[in-house]
Formats: sequence, C-alpha cells, structure tokens
Amino acid sequence: MEIFKAVNIEKRYNNHLALDNLTLSVPEGSIYGLLGPNGAGKTTLIRIINQITAPDKGELFFKNRKFRSDDVMQIGYLPEERGLYRKMKVGEQALYLCRLKGVKKGDALQKLKYWFEKFEISAWWNKKVEELSKGMQQKVQFIVTILHEPKLLIFDEPFSGFDPINTDLLKKEILNLKTKGATVIFSTHDMGSVEELCDRITLINKSKSILEGNIKEIRDTYKSNIFEAGFRGDATKLGEILGEGFEITGLQSQEEMHYAKIKVSENKEKNLLLSRLIPYFEITAFNEVLPRMNEIFIKAVKEAGKNQQNEPNTWEKLH
Amino acid sequence: MGKIALIIQREYLTRVRKKSFLIMTILGPLLFAAFLILPAWLTQVEDADEKIIAVVEYDEMNQPVADSSTFFFDALVEKNNLKFEYVPSSLEALKSALTVSKYDGILYIPYNIINSEIAELYTKKQPGIGLELHIKQNLENYLRNLKLRKKEIPVDVLNSVQTTLTLKTIKLAKDGTYQEQNLQEIKRWVGYISGFLIYFFIFFFGSQVMRGVIEEKSNRIIEVIVSSVKPFQLMMGKIIGIGLIGLTQFFIWSLLTFTLVTVAQQALGLNKKIQQASEITPESIFDAKPVQGQITPDKTAEIQGYLDKIEEIDFLAIIAAFLFYFIGGYILYGSLFAAIGAAVDSETDTQQFMLPVTIPLALSLIMMVNAFTNPDGKLAVIFSIIPLTSPVVMMGRIGFEIPGIQVIVSMALLFLTFLGSTWMAGKIYRTGILMYGKKPTYKELWKWIRYKN
Repeated sequence: MEIFKAVNIEKRYNNHLALDNLTLSVPEGSIYGLLGPNGAGKTTLIRIINQITAPDKGELFFKNRKFRSDDVMQIGYLPEERGLYRKMKVGEQALYLCRLKGVKKGDALQKLKYWFEKFEISAWWNKKVEELSKGMQQKVQFIVTILHEPKLLIFDEPFSGFDPINTDLLKKEILNLKTKGATVIFSTHDMGSVEELCDRITLINKSKSILEGNIKEIRDTYKSNIFEAGFRGDATKLGEILGEGFEITGLQSQEEMHYAKIKVSENKEKNLLLSRLIPYFEITAFNEVLPRMNEIFIKAVKEAGKNQQNEPNTWEKLH
Repeated sequence: MGKIALIIQREYLTRVRKKSFLIMTILGPLLFAAFLILPAWLTQVEDADEKIIAVVEYDEMNQPVADSSTFFFDALVEKNNLKFEYVPSSLEALKSALTVSKYDGILYIPYNIINSEIAELYTKKQPGIGLELHIKQNLENYLRNLKLRKKEIPVDVLNSVQTTLTLKTIKLAKDGTYQEQNLQEIKRWVGYISGFLIYFFIFFFGSQVMRGVIEEKSNRIIEVIVSSVKPFQLMMGKIIGIGLIGLTQFFIWSLLTFTLVTVAQQALGLNKKIQQASEITPESIFDAKPVQGQITPDKTAEIQGYLDKIEEIDFLAIIAAFLFYFIGGYILYGSLFAAIGAAVDSETDTQQFMLPVTIPLALSLIMMVNAFTNPDGKLAVIFSIIPLTSPVVMMGRIGFEIPGIQVIVSMALLFLTFLGSTWMAGKIYRTGILMYGKKPTYKELWKWIRYKN
C-alpha cells in the first residue's frame, strides 16, 4: 500500500516552475529518498506534503484516499533549516511543539521524559535553548518530530550538524521507526546514507522527476560491467594477459598486491575475465562493482541536463 | 485545547515571565505618575540657588533715593533663596560694578514708575521665569494698591469685585429641549486620554507583534510550526497573545498609577492646598455683593457635586467605545505589523514598510488634538471615520455630543477594515514567512496577496 502519492503535481512561483508534472508514490513502511541538486524543487515538494503550500495542479493521496488537511497530524516533519525559540526553556518548548501536533499534555510529558533520557539530554530540560550546543538542539528537534508517533516522517537533511556518533544514533532510530511501521521520506545530499538506508528514491532535477525506483534496481541498471579483482603477482603484463574486450579502468598496487578495475565489453563473458586471470595470478578477491549513488546522481543529472537543454530554463532559486 | 489557544498561551506566558515585562510594569506607572505629579511638585520647590538683588530707586531729581525705607523696596517680599538689598548708589555705578559685586542683579525703579509702569532688571545670568514673575507680581500689586489709594478706594472693595465666573453650557438636544452639559469636561478628557492610550498601545504592542514574527522567521522555527498549524492561526494567536499582554500591563498600570498618584498627593499635601484654595474663594465671593441677586454657586459644594455625579456620567458608553477602538485599532495595525514582519528577514529591513503604517498612526494623533479643539470640524469628522485614524481620532471626539451615525459608520468601517487587513496580512504572512533573502518589493507583496489558497 502507498502511504502517500502525488500525481501530476505542478507548482508555480511567479514565473518560475518549482515542480513540473511530478508523480511520486511512497510505499508504506519504506524509507524513501528524495534526491536532487539544490533548487531542484525538493523543499517545495516537502512543503506541499506538509500542507504548508498547495500545488497549483495535481492530486495528493494519503493511504489510498484523497489527502485531507488533518492528515498533516499524522506527519512528522524535520525541516532542513532547523530552529527553536532561543529564549524558551527546552522542556517547555518541546512540550509546546508536541501539543501543537495534538498530543495531550500528560502523554507528551511522559514520552518526552522517555526520549530525553534515551538521548541523554534530561539534564537540559530546564535550560534555555540558547545554552544548548547545536547537536543537542538537533536532538531536541528530532524528538519533537517523532513524538506524536506519526505514520509518515519527513526528514530534510537530518544528519547535518551531527557528529559521527550521533549520526549513528539517529540512523538507528530511523531504522527503528521503520521496523515499528512508520514510513520515512528522507531528503539528503549524503549519498552514503542513501545507500545505507533507502529502499526507494526519486531524483528531482529542475522541477522534474528524472529517476525513480527501487535503489537496488537503479544501481543495477546503472552498472557498467566493471569488476574488481584482487590478485598477487606481476601486474605489468595485465593488459596483454586480458587481451581484447577488457579495459583496465583502475589499478591500485601495494607491493605484490594489486586491485584492478576492469570493464568487460557487452559481448564478452564475465567468466572469461576470471579464467584469463587465473593462470597468471593468485586471486584474492573478485566482485562486480555496483555504481555508487553519487555517480548515478551526477550521471543522471548530467544526462537530464542534455535532454532539457532546449527547454526554457526554469531552474532558478525561489526569488 | 485549541491550537490557537495554545499559541496565545505561549505568546502570553513567555512574555509575562520576562524581566522586561516586570520592569516595564513597575516603571510605567512611576513614569506616568511622575509625569502627572512632577509639574505640580516643581511649582512647590523653591529655586535652590541663593540670589541677592540690589534695588535702587530714583527720586524726582533723577538721583538715587538715599533712604532704604522707600515705598517700592517694601513691596519686594523676600523668599527663601531670594534676597533684596537697597543700595543707594547710582545705577551706572551699580551696573559697572555688577560683575565684581555680590549681587546677582540690579532692580532699577525709576521715579515715574507709576505712569510709565516700567522697571528694569539688570542681571549677570538669565534671571529665570520664577524671579521675573516674583518681582513683577510684587511691583504690580504695590502699584495697584498705590493707584487705588490715590483714588481712595478701600482694599476690601477691591477684593469684593474679584469675580470667578462659572460658564454653564446648555446644548440643544435632539428632542428639541435644552440640556445642561454636566461633567462634559471630564468626559472629554477621559476620551482624550483614551485616545492617547490607544495610540501608545498600538505603537508599542504592534511593533512587538512585528518583532515576534521576525524572531520566528529568523529562528527558522516557523516551518515546524506551520506544519502543525495554519499560518493564519499562528498570526492571530500571536496578535491576540500580545494584545492580552498589553491589556494586562495596562490594567496593572492604571491600578498602580491610581494608587501612586493618590499616595503622592497625600504625601505632598496637594489635596490640602486644593481644599484651601477652594475655601478661600467662596469667602471672598460672599463678601462681595452679588451683581444680580443670584446666589453664586459655592465652589466646594460644586466640586463635591462633581464627585458625586461622576457615577452618573455615561461612562459605560465611553468605556465601550474605548474597548472597541482599542481592540479594533490594535488588531488592524497588529495585522499590518505582522505582515511587515513576515515580509522581511531582520528588523533593519522594516523601515521601508513601516512608513505607510506609522504615518497614519502619527497623523491620527495630530488629528485627535485637532478634533478635541473642534470636534465638529470637517477634518475631525473625516479622520474619525477613516479606519486607519479612527481609533485614535474618534476617542478625541467621543466625549462631545457627536452624531451617533458617525460613530456607527466609523465603527462599522473599522470592523470591515480589520477583517480585510487580517485577511490581507494573512496572505502576505503565509508567503512571506517562508521567503528568505531578497527584500520583497510592494509589487511582490501584491502578488503574494493574490496567490490562491
């Protein structure tokens, strides 16, 4: 089942098209990556999901029915530009924000206590926000985002500003939320975390969706028949040994040990590569190289750029 | 609890707990009381510096009178820090020696002062109004008595002709009869002061609304909040919450000011003086022979009557009008201030948009003073109906008997305008709070207003 679906969404600001005929569907219980260059329209889409702005055209669905304005209470949103009232006390503020999301005061207090202890920030309950470090403020904000146990969570660059330990803590919590049945929409430029967490992605470029689907399938379709082999021996004659149809795209050597990236032509058998290597070298590793999301991102955006060249340039920052 | 109530609660509680609120709450009435009492107090305080004035009087030979027991020297009454010394030397000598002498000034009384009514005061420094007035009054009294004596009129006759007039105003009422305008004065002043209060309230708390919006925007918390509540709810919650702060402060202020003024009056004995003053006058009036055999009203009794009748005044109508214009005006301007806050990124950027808001506000204060002196004037009527100025200007007129239809039209227009302004401000607010960077132009604001949904 899809928890959220957007069909043919269009949003225009003045003369600038922020979203162009965008369709997107987020399966329930998945972690969904929303990728794209700066200014591509991600934030606009997120704001539309949060009912902060409305699309000019298109339809939104929540749990297979039309989106209603009170559905927003089942959404938790952590915006990229984070902020809290600086002069307000941490606990009081967390309570206020939770109550705005409709959590009863008693409930909210109880849950806040639990999460504050879990994130080890209980001692800061009565401190003013301005006394907190940035990382601690981020923790408070994360707690506030998930406290009302929303069915759909939207995290915009959730790891920015976190140290590796807290990033890890957050990743665990996000995966935890998934196991508990929540759906996460997750916008980031950190492709490593996309590979690590996401089930599906959409890549938005210049207000259009240019790539959508299961992350494994996407990486599969973008793979370019490159294999990595680790071997011991004299690597100087590697090219001769491989012969026609094999191209060395990278070689790293450490004394006797070598790691070579070899591109296999379309018409060649992959096993042939291995059989050519075996007589000359002691093989220590052999695996297919799947493209990094980073490469796919850049490649897809570049290709889209070529295709969109003839269209009027709609890619400008909001105002 | 509704979301808007939650927002109001937050806006109210965070502000009411601030130190600045406490300080303003205490300082406000002190300043206000000082403002009311200081002038009265200052008149009682003597000039601290001691001053000695040399006095010289010339005789018919245009020579200084040698004897200090001259008429005019007696006329000059010494005050605590003001002394007069008769110096029988020539004016020229005195003038040339003034800088090195102990005297602060020379009072020259020419021989023909009775006819010329001119005396001269030479001073080292600026003499000050108090000194001038003192000498002037002393000499005037003396001259007057001198003249009376010449015409052989006894002093008690003079006292008996001193008159205080009470002018009763009787206005033609709607039902065709003439009605005495009781306590009109108080009503007018209540209206006038209310107008000032509304002006102050709008300015002070309106800009707090603006600052609050800018704070939320620059804090970037706005996006979290508008994903929970509608921007309009947030805006209205803020305006109402801050309005309640204002009402609270206003309520405490009036209570404290009233207490302080009462206490201060007792302490300074101002009441006693007022009583004395009102007791002396009637006696002297009763000494006199009433001109038309009509009983002159007893002043003390009249003041008492005033106090008794205060409850009778139609204060309810004034208070109702005050509350209406107070709230209506505040919401009208508050929403405009909120829109300005939403349109900019920081307080320094507000200037451009503040002007169109502050000009009508300042104008309304000027027009209220005008309306107070001429409540039926064209300008007063027009500006008390135009919604941007009506909350202040109408309060300046409300104490007068003005046509009810004008009040109704003014109130209705204000009501409609504040509906319109909150709607419009809501539109600008909704778009503006999520816009960062370039300061928008008026053209862009107009576009924001026309955005759908």
